[in-house]
Amino acid sequence: MSVSSLLSLLVLLALAPVLPGIANRVKSALTGRRGAPILQLYFDLAKLWRRGVVYSRTTTVIFRLAPVALVATTLLAAWLVPLDGTTSLVTFPGDLVAFAGLLALGRFALVLGALDTGSSFEGMGASREVTLASFAEPGLFLCFTALVLATGDLHLEGMLGRPLAAVWPAVVPSLLLVATSLFIITLAETSRVPVDDPLTHLELTMIHEVMVLDHSGPDLALILYAAALKMALLGSLIVSVLVPRATLGAPVALGVLVGGLLLVATVIGVVESVMARLRMNRIPQLLVAAAALAGFAVILLLR
Amino acid sequence: MHSFHELLMLLVVLTNFWILGTTRLSAAIRAVAIQGALLAALPLALDPGLSPHVLGLAVGTLVVKTILLPMFLLRAIREAAIRREIEPLIGYTASILLGAAIVALAFSVAPRLPLPEMESTLLVPVALSTAMIGLLVLTTRSKAVTQVTGYLIFENGIYVFGLSQMERVPFLVEVGVLLDIFVGVFVMGIVLFHINREFDSLDSARLTELHD
Repeated sequence: MSVSSLLSLLVLLALAPVLPGIANRVKSALTGRRGAPILQLYFDLAKLWRRGVVYSRTTTVIFRLAPVALVATTLLAAWLVPLDGTTSLVTFPGDLVAFAGLLALGRFALVLGALDTGSSFEGMGASREVTLASFAEPGLFLCFTALVLATGDLHLEGMLGRPLAAVWPAVVPSLLLVATSLFIITLAETSRVPVDDPLTHLELTMIHEVMVLDHSGPDLALILYAAALKMALLGSLIVSVLVPRATLGAPVALGVLVGGLLLVATVIGVVESVMARLRMNRIPQLLVAAAALAGFAVILLLR
Repeated sequence: MHSFHELLMLLVVLTNFWILGTTRLSAAIRAVAIQGALLAALPLALDPGLSPHVLGLAVGTLVVKTILLPMFLLRAIREAAIRREIEPLIGYTASILLGAAIVALAFSVAPRLPLPEMESTLLVPVALSTAMIGLLVLTTRSKAVTQVTGYLIFENGIYVFGLSQMERVPFLVEVGVLLDIFVGVFVMGIVLFHINREFDSLDSARLTELHD
C-alpha cells in the first residue's frame, strides 16, 4: 500500500468512463460521422443517477443486488493491479486467481440478475455471456501463466511490476503474444465488435446488452460504470505487459498508463470500424486462437 | 530472444495458426505467401554477411514462394471457379487446438534431438512444428487446392530445417529443392485441372469414385 498506488487507482476510477467514449468517437470519425462527445458516458451516468428505478414484480432481491455486486467486485479487482507500475493496494501470493475470480464473480452476479427477471430473452443473453466467458477465461489464465513463467512471481504486483521490468528485454516476443491475446480477450470481455456490438439493439445479436435491458436508473449507471472500469483494468494489464513501467518512477508510470489506455481505446475503435461482427458460432474460434497465442507464449518461455 | 531472426520465426509459426484458423481459400494462400516472404528474410537475418549464396537463396525463395506459387494458386481458384470456403474435415477450433498441441510437441522434442550446434535454438522446433502443421493441413482439408497449400507449408518446414544447416547444404541443393516444389505444384495444378474437369469439384474425397 502506498500513496502513489492509491492515487493511481483514483485516477483510473475517474478516467474509466472516457475509454468507451474514445472508442466510439474513433469509430464515428472513421465512418465519416462526428459522433457523441468523448465525455458522453459521464453525462449518461449523471442522468441515470438522478432517475428513479423501476423493478419488475417478478424480480427478487437478487436483481437489486446484481449491479452493486458487479461494481464491488470490479473495484476490488482494481485494488490487485499495480496501477502505478510497482505496487498494488492489496497483494498476496496467487492474487492473479483472485483477479480473474473477482471479474468472474461480477459476471456471475449480473447473469443471476438477468435470470431473475424471468425473461427468456435475458436468459438467452446470460447463456451467451457465460458461454463466451468460458472460452475467454482459459486465455486469460494462459496469459497469467506466461507472465508467471517470465517473472517467477505469483503476485500481480510482481508479474506486472519490478520483476517483469528486470526480465523484460529477454522475453519481448512472448510478451507481444501475451499482449495480443489479452487484447482479444479485452474485446470479448468488454463486448466490443468482433465479439459483440455495443451499439446493436437487435434482439438476436445482443450478448451483454441483453442482460441489462431490465435495469434502470442508478442500477444501470452502476453496470455501465463497471463495464467501463473493466475495460480500463484489462487495458492496464495490456499496457503493463507492453511497457516495463516499474523503472520509470510513479508519476511517469501513471502518465504512461493513461496514455496507453487512451491508445488501447483508440485501437478498439479502429478495430470496430474495420471489422464486421463475427457470426456467433465463429466467436469461440477467435477466443481459442487468443488462448493458442498465449499458449505459444508459455511454450516459448518453457523452452 | 533478442534478435530479428527469432521474431521472424515466431511470425512463421503465427502464419501457421492463421492458415489453420482461416475459413477462406484466398486468405490461406495469402498466408502461405506471407510465410514465404518471412522465410526469404530469414537467411538474411541469420547471416547478415550477405554472401552471394545467402542472397541467392533469399531472392529465389521470395520469387518462388511469395510471387510465383501464390499467383499460380490464386489463378487456379479463379479459373476453376470453386467455392471459397475451405470445408475442413475437422473443425477450425479443433484444428487450432491440434496446431497448439503440435507446437508444444515440437518444442518439447527439439532439444532432445542429437543435432550439431545451431545459429538459433528456435530453428529446429519451428521447422518441426511447421512441417507437422503442413501435414495436418494436408490431411484434414478436403479440397485439392488447400492440400497444395498444406504441401507448401510442409516444404517450408523442411526449408527452415535446411537453414539450420546453411553452411553444410550447398547452394545447388537448395535450388534443386525450390525447383522440385515448383514442378510439384505445377504437376498438382495439372491434376487439379483434371479433377475439376472430371467431377466439377475439387473435393479429393470424390477420387474414391474412380472406376475404369
